[in-house]
Amino acid sequence: MDRVTDVFKALADPTRRIILDELTARDGQTLFELCARLLTQHGLGSSRQAVSQHLGLLEDAGLVEVRREGRCKFHYINTDPLGPIVQRWLRGGDAAGSRKETT
Amino acid sequence: MRINLTSVFVDDQEKAARFYTEVLGFVEKHDVPLGEDRWLTVVSSQDPDGVELLLEPSGHPAVGPFKEALVGDGIPAAQFAVDDVHAECERLRALGVRFTQEPVEMGPVTTAVFDDTCGNLIQIAHHAEASSR
Repeated sequence: MDRVTDVFKALADPTRRIILDELTARDGQTLFELCARLLTQHGLGSSRQAVSQHLGLLEDAGLVEVRREGRCKFHYINTDPLGPIVQRWLRGGDAAGSRKETT
Repeated sequence: MRINLTSVFVDDQEKAARFYTEVLGFVEKHDVPLGEDRWLTVVSSQDPDGVELLLEPSGHPAVGPFKEALVGDGIPAAQFAVDDVHAECERLRALGVRFTQEPVEMGPVTTAVFDDTCGNLIQIAHHAEASSR
């Protein structure tokens, strides 16, 4: 599966979009903090394993980066994969028809 | 039945004793030599007859992987009550404490999580209603 398809698949799930919202509100969160935020701010009682799987999918799509600081893993949002989507339909509309899905 | 003791597994009892008293502000209650280790407990200075926290050695082989997995995912080993998480966070940060979660308001509860330098994360919390009393 190519990267663009990964990005769309990652964004197709509402919980994953909320995870990105929460990382936008505060970048660099542990799994523990993300789970607590999903539960208390959004009423989403997803299991830790489920949230971990969501994060794995976001990481595969390049939308989340995991960095280890000391013994802790922190999750950061990376919006770079969204750039081609914006350029394809919003900014580079005239060239979109001839561009292939390769990125 | 009542709860009078709880514990955290610490990498180094001597280092833990210093951190939990000098930085966090707890008071040593018991310090009894037990072979290579110590029966080492601290209490809150606000409640010297209250629940004791045992600073337990991490020697058992299961403890290392257990702590590593919890810390990796940012999960605290214990939670302590404070009057004001924001103020406590500032006080501790000034003493060089590293936070893995800055203060967050989660409904009526505000929490933050820091590294105890002995292989654990500790959560501090206050309830909005309790702190405005």
